[in-house]
Amino acid sequence: MADFHYDTDAGGVATITWDMPGRSMNVLSFDALAELDAHVDTALADGAVRGIVITSGKAGSFAGGMDLNVLARLRDSAGDNPAAGIFEGVMRMHAVLRKIERAGMDPKTLKGAKPIACALPGTAMGIGYELALACHRIFAADLPKARIGLPEIMVGLFPGAGGTTRLVRKMGAMAASPYLLEGKTLAPAKAKSAGLIDEVTDPADLLRAAKDWVLAAQDADCVKPWDQKGYKMPGGAPYHPAGFMTFVGASAMVNGSTKGVMPAPKALLSAVYEGALVPFDTALRIEARWFTHVVMDPTSGAMIRSLFLNKQALEKGARRPDVPDQTVRKVGILGAGMMGAGIALVSAQAGIEVVLIDRDQEAAERGRAYTEGYMDKGIARRKTTPEQKEAALSRITASTDYAALDGCDLVIEAVFEDPGIKAEATRLAEAATGTECILATNTSTLPITELARASQRPEQYIGIHFFSPVEKMALVEIIKGKATAERAVAKALDFVRQIRKTPIVVNDARFFYANRCIIPYINEGIRMVAEGTVPALVENAAKLVGMPLGPLQLVDETSIDLGAKIARATKAAMGDAYPDAAVDEVLFWMEAEGRLGRKAGAGFYDYDEAGKRTGLAAAVKARYPEADAQPDLTEVQHRLLMAQVLEAVRALEDGVLTDIREGDVGAILGWGFAPWSGGPFSWLDRIGAARAVEICTGLEAAHGARFRAPDLLREMAEAGETFYGRFAPPAAAAA
Amino acid sequence: MTDAYIYDAIRSPRGRGRKDGALHEVTALKLSADMLNAIRARGGLGPDAVEDVIWGNVTQIGEQGGCLARSAVLASDLGEKVPGLSINRFCASGLEAVNLAANQVRAGAGAAYIAGGVEMMSRVPMSSDGAAIAVDPSLAMRQYFVPQGISADIIATLHGFSRADADALAVRSQQRAQAAWDAGRFDRSVVPVHDINGLPILERDEHMRPGTDMAALEALKPAFKDIGETMPGFDQLALMKYPQLERVNHIHHAGNSSGIVDGAAAVLIGSRRFGEANGLTPRARIRATAKIGTDPTIMLTGPVPVTEKILREAGMDIADIGLFEVNEAFAAVVLRFMQAFGADPDRVNVNGGAIAMGHPLGATGAMILGTLLDEMERADLETGLATLCVASGMGAATIIERV
Repeated sequence: MADFHYDTDAGGVATITWDMPGRSMNVLSFDALAELDAHVDTALADGAVRGIVITSGKAGSFAGGMDLNVLARLRDSAGDNPAAGIFEGVMRMHAVLRKIERAGMDPKTLKGAKPIACALPGTAMGIGYELALACHRIFAADLPKARIGLPEIMVGLFPGAGGTTRLVRKMGAMAASPYLLEGKTLAPAKAKSAGLIDEVTDPADLLRAAKDWVLAAQDADCVKPWDQKGYKMPGGAPYHPAGFMTFVGASAMVNGSTKGVMPAPKALLSAVYEGALVPFDTALRIEARWFTHVVMDPTSGAMIRSLFLNKQALEKGARRPDVPDQTVRKVGILGAGMMGAGIALVSAQAGIEVVLIDRDQEAAERGRAYTEGYMDKGIARRKTTPEQKEAALSRITASTDYAALDGCDLVIEAVFEDPGIKAEATRLAEAATGTECILATNTSTLPITELARASQRPEQYIGIHFFSPVEKMALVEIIKGKATAERAVAKALDFVRQIRKTPIVVNDARFFYANRCIIPYINEGIRMVAEGTVPALVENAAKLVGMPLGPLQLVDETSIDLGAKIARATKAAMGDAYPDAAVDEVLFWMEAEGRLGRKAGAGFYDYDEAGKRTGLAAAVKARYPEADAQPDLTEVQHRLLMAQVLEAVRALEDGVLTDIREGDVGAILGWGFAPWSGGPFSWLDRIGAARAVEICTGLEAAHGARFRAPDLLREMAEAGETFYGRFAPPAAAAA
Repeated sequence: MTDAYIYDAIRSPRGRGRKDGALHEVTALKLSADMLNAIRARGGLGPDAVEDVIWGNVTQIGEQGGCLARSAVLASDLGEKVPGLSINRFCASGLEAVNLAANQVRAGAGAAYIAGGVEMMSRVPMSSDGAAIAVDPSLAMRQYFVPQGISADIIATLHGFSRADADALAVRSQQRAQAAWDAGRFDRSVVPVHDINGLPILERDEHMRPGTDMAALEALKPAFKDIGETMPGFDQLALMKYPQLERVNHIHHAGNSSGIVDGAAAVLIGSRRFGEANGLTPRARIRATAKIGTDPTIMLTGPVPVTEKILREAGMDIADIGLFEVNEAFAAVVLRFMQAFGADPDRVNVNGGAIAMGHPLGATGAMILGTLLDEMERADLETGLATLCVASGMGAATIIERV
């Protein structure tokens, strides 16, 4: 079945319609590219055709981008020279788009091109927008929900089908940078004012408007600025005085903000810089070389696998048990504190009826007001309409009366982290709801199986662990207790899908998955401070390996007293086996000093009155003076990384994690684990189990048994295995 | 090996490097040719007496492009048989020209050279010749490129120099430069600039601010704080290269950094036999030369390792050096040099430096070598060392001794 359809009308306009069978949104494959190429040839050769409109048969969208599996196939199809496979594939794409752009014009006179308009019924991302950029005029249906742009950078790539070269030549390097470097996408109306597209029309008039333009277009309308003589890049080329500062600044900003760990923004900037110094077609070839370079870098493969393919697979229910639809219609939330209020907000936004319960009405109302305040901010930023605000608020009922839970098919308990209080809330909720209702607890530390004892229906009891702030954090950790049955898992997963977050499903054990890995990371940072390592080195080393926050800043955010509380509980549970006394010495001292973190205006950092960090605290440096010998950067980084990664491996060994895809996606979305790596398991695969064991052996000798390589890792090192080779579900292994 | 000697060293006065600076009306070609003519005339040399002219010049574009050295030779009284070589080792170009000339004399490749340099910073703006290390992302990112002012601030942060340390050094530079002028210590080497009719254009360094005191400097805002901390945030790169630092302490400003000026300088280098043949008395022997590459991010620390290297290669000790000229590109560069070697401040830049008088990039190396020699003669010191920090992470040094 064809992806592109060809049609001509009586007026002499050929319409090429992209309509992939069996998909709700078009994505480009190389077979489809060949079809497009053939249709363009037909139209250019047909004397009766005066011009072309390229559009899509999908309502509300033109194309979602490239089929990312295609890149892997290009690489793999070229045998022992994968770079050649990618480069040649990309050059084929350039050839087709360039043919559209030149449209048969006389290269000397620049006359005689057949006008080609692109008519976007809505969303055009990645190659979808790059194809449009090659056309002479871009029309888009005025759909506020549609998105136009180049988000490739988000998965470790950059626009490699001419989008980089064309957008920079169209807008200038500075103006193009939010779209190229940040992957910023815009609704059609905004895309027009930003200069990304040319016209916005009523959806019903889209094709008509595009055809009218094609029939009226003159020769000059079909020549891109960069194909005209004397073209100068807006904002200045690199060695133009204005461009000079742009390029110097761009390298500095990209390097500083990515900490040098992301290959794609670097490659993008090089493609822009080198391309700016040569003619257009040469620039496209350079873009293809850098794009190939990025695809060949293991970072892009790991990022695509975790942040695109596997994230999507998890969101689409890769771990969902085969039970009937569990879509949540009415959710009860117990406890209107920060977490409860946030869960209420995202639920109401997803169109779910919400009952928000707290002990007194004022507290419950405050929880509801959180949605109001959030929506008001959205309105002020023109991201939300007053209608959306009213709709969301109208779905939230604030009450003290558990009877209001009647009719709820899911209740999420988010009360104080105390087993007794939680048990009471559970009993009251179960009494007020039907026997079908699933009860979930949003605990971050208490074992689900223990909490389930308060439940009449432990098979319907489950953990749904949200991260704070709920509305911002993309990950939700679903925890199965011993008795939790499949329907409860499906319920939790369907709910997470409704609120558009990414789920992982783990088994019950201390701290589940995410917190289990974060705590050792924080502890390792604190240990180093106690050892006299310069705190700045600890923090910078973390950032230089791609962690969004250093361990000291992180614990300041989550608060020292929470850390101390967890430490005491862990110590009580573990007894003599407790390994973190060195950490506690620091934590308990800080707690006693009232240095509880950001909320107290003092922690590992000092803060000003507005709560802004002013610097690493002199008081901490005074208590833990700088040691004469400082570790080198790599050792600090290995300690910080391995503290997390080994815990992830142990979670897999223990059966807390059952799917390494969840281990990787959960790590990046849950606590920001070095996204360039693709997650802890992808990172281990990249360096190899043998190398990992070697690093651990060195760390163990220097710093103790916590760095001892887990048996699983040793075994894999012996056998030369990789995690994705051994543990990936069949579908994920191909990526 | 033949020894190389300095027979003469001259310089122009330094004009403010702005449109209202006195030398702004003078071309790089004319000022270069004037220097060549002056040094030839002072030595009574024939037009073909030198093997080559080696001319340091940083921004080799426009009127300073196209091998200015050759153009300058052709515009001067030298014969066309003298070729002309333009070189660029950034701020050490003038010294590198001398070193290249000296080493060719030592190797027997020619008996005499005129070496020196020029920079008309008011006419050919710094950086207008481009620079891949700053602009090409593949290198700028790999090497954590930051502008020199940030580098100087990194030195200050890493080695613990305060704003007051830097300002005090700047005040001293101004005071010493003024005292040196007042005492006529530059009289021998400064060649005033005249127009085509012989009318004077500039006779004294124009950039000095003799009244400068700590209070005046305190009023100046740190020049590199904004580009460091906000746009585009160069400090981030400093911390990537020096992760033990929490932040960069921005202490440099226009008052404790070298001045932007126009100027030129020339040095006559030759063998003993050349001097004898031309009736000239050598003033100093070039004892050793050295150059080195260093971390390009901190960029300006070259004087320390290059001095260690030159001393090692010459079999000397820091205590053997009686007088130092360390180019005052930024106060922290000189502070770091003195800190590293425990050098006595009264033996370093005793007649002021580039903070007071300015730093005409391509010429400065030759200028400070002349200043060093003049002072060695005045104070009757045997040995002196001149060194400069160099952009992109390099350093250069020369040791001379009186004969």
